[in-house]
Amino acid sequence: MRPRSTSRHGVTRLATASLAALGVVALSACGARVDSGSAAPTTAESCVDTSGDTVKIGFLNSLSGTMAISEQTVHDSLQLAAEEINADGGVLGKQLDVVSEDGQSEPTVFAEKAGKLITSDCVAAVFGGWTSASRKAMLPVFESQDSLLFYPVQYEGLESSPNIFYTGATTNQQIVPALDYLAEQGVTSLFLVGSDYVFPRTANKIINAYAQAHGIEIVGEEYAPLGHTDFSTIVNKVRSADADAVFNTLNGDSNVAFFKEYNNAGLSADEMPVVSVSIAEEEVGGIGVKNIEGQLTAWNYYQTVDSPENDAFVEAFKAAYGQDRPTSDPMEAAYTSLHLWAAMVEKAGSFAVDDVVAAADGVTYDAPEGHVVVNGENHHIAKTSLVGEIGADGLIHTVWSSEQPIEPDPYLEGYDWAEGLS
Amino acid sequence: MDIIAQLFAGLSLGSVLLLAALGLSLTFGQMGVINMAHGEFMMAGAYTAFVVQGVVGDAGVSLLLALPLGFVVGGLLGLLLEATLIHRMYRRPLDTLLVTWGVALVLQQVARDVFGAPNVDVRAPAWLSGAVEIGGLALPRTRLFILALAAVCVVALALALRATPLGRRIRAVVQNRDLAEASGISSRATDRVTFFIGSGLAGIAGVALTLLGSIGPTLGTNYIVDAFLVVVAGGIGQIKGTVIAATALGLMQAFLEYSTTASVAKVLVFVAIVAFLQLRPQGLVSVRTRSLA
Repeated sequence: MRPRSTSRHGVTRLATASLAALGVVALSACGARVDSGSAAPTTAESCVDTSGDTVKIGFLNSLSGTMAISEQTVHDSLQLAAEEINADGGVLGKQLDVVSEDGQSEPTVFAEKAGKLITSDCVAAVFGGWTSASRKAMLPVFESQDSLLFYPVQYEGLESSPNIFYTGATTNQQIVPALDYLAEQGVTSLFLVGSDYVFPRTANKIINAYAQAHGIEIVGEEYAPLGHTDFSTIVNKVRSADADAVFNTLNGDSNVAFFKEYNNAGLSADEMPVVSVSIAEEEVGGIGVKNIEGQLTAWNYYQTVDSPENDAFVEAFKAAYGQDRPTSDPMEAAYTSLHLWAAMVEKAGSFAVDDVVAAADGVTYDAPEGHVVVNGENHHIAKTSLVGEIGADGLIHTVWSSEQPIEPDPYLEGYDWAEGLS
Repeated sequence: MDIIAQLFAGLSLGSVLLLAALGLSLTFGQMGVINMAHGEFMMAGAYTAFVVQGVVGDAGVSLLLALPLGFVVGGLLGLLLEATLIHRMYRRPLDTLLVTWGVALVLQQVARDVFGAPNVDVRAPAWLSGAVEIGGLALPRTRLFILALAAVCVVALALALRATPLGRRIRAVVQNRDLAEASGISSRATDRVTFFIGSGLAGIAGVALTLLGSIGPTLGTNYIVDAFLVVVAGGIGQIKGTVIAATALGLMQAFLEYSTTASVAKVLVFVAIVAFLQLRPQGLVSVRTRSLA
């Protein structure tokens, strides 16, 4: 019996146990809890050193793990912004000294590394985070240490921390305008497809409220677990519901499987367009241009935005990181966040958090996406909303624009139909 | 009509599960090796399809070329793994699990370094795009193709095990290794060939999956748990059990998902498997042998 020391049942049990263990690892990764309160003293004395001719800032992105694929791009554009600012003479005459930390796609690590950047590296501000889970984990750290975080990704809204600046879109700058566009196009029924976690569920709550107030019928609402790879049933449901359009809040690899299935089932952008809020230029290549050509996206920036600021940004990015690298909304929001912080500091004449926050209101920057204005009250920024169509070239081309920057309204207080959502 | 559409969806999902699990039913089921890198052999197959398409260009020709090449690539990786690591650990299943898990992580990182972190795209040939319409029912051609491919693989494997000298040797070693060795069969050589075929089937599955899902370094991790579930539920050591379990799980997932949601269906399927294994720990079909193990 040389090779088999375990009985068949033993092997089965072992395999079952390891599968269970895998499941636990996966679950704990999602539901990681953060115990930041105990680590942080309630009032913090800032240790930021501004006496020399440099000042430290922190970049906190996932450079490893599942999110690395997205967050690396944000890290690259932050790096580009820092180099530009330094070449321009720095901030208040001081060169930026960047300290990079790896969030490892793990909310607890984000919280821990944020604490390290603030208390041990003594950075003046931190830039980064991607998933809402990572932001929620870092929030108490920044609040208790009274430090600053610049968060560059569109998110589900319903948050406004005095210690965070949100430079991505909140819901009234991305989802609501996309719905306005669909209503304008005569869409009267929608099918909602999303991944099963906080962002899609919150987004769909908002969409349901909007639909009810605007006479749009929601004919179906389906959620797939993150990493779901078989969409035949969901596409069957979409097919038989026969809506005017599909609103897609799927995240990650699921999008590839969904769009391949969608095409193979004979559905197309002509008869039932899909509007996505998580697919940017980076993802189009992996899904396959052929599978997604003609479908719609909602963002605040596309690589194709026609402005001198964007031309300069795209050219500088490609020169630094390669001609084949596209630029996308979160990258642009991150790039803009560093320039906004620099402008706030210049206006305040100080690196101190209280001074910067006090000076923040009304700070503007001519970003690649267009003119943006910081709202001092809720710490979001006014952004122009764009609906784009994915072209055969793999880039996204604007088909509709809000023309004017939309004031951020994270709690949707200015919308009657949204009452009771927050 | 919805019931028929779901029936097809279930069979199709079953065929995907079957392709992913078929190789595992050889390496895990027949040899008792818990190979956590099986998913990465699928990933290697998928990247083989990507490379072949880059070289050949035409999507149809490249798919047909990639299937045998994916088999060879997956098989060679398996052979390498068996010859360098696994054969030293036949007595230590827990160590095998950890080592192959490590190998899986290494292979993922290699893929990330060679092909880049973002997903890549493999175009489906024109003759596989769109759906066959039968009375208001749309059967995607890619899914019909995978259904047929799974059937071909099962039949080929069953024939190979049943009707060839090699198959007889494999079965002999599985049923009673000592007796097989005493009869002059080299169990070492048989192990290698079995592992080659099992891993090669993972490569084929990887090529087929490029038609349905994303092609990235973590492709394998999406399927490995399901593949093990199928083999365990089917009863290790029997291809028949794997086929039945894959079909049953596919149909169950499809119909539960239709009447509830994808997340709930997944939970219910897991609960059903746990309950089933309580009643029948040996799985659906088990091999009766006279060995003491």
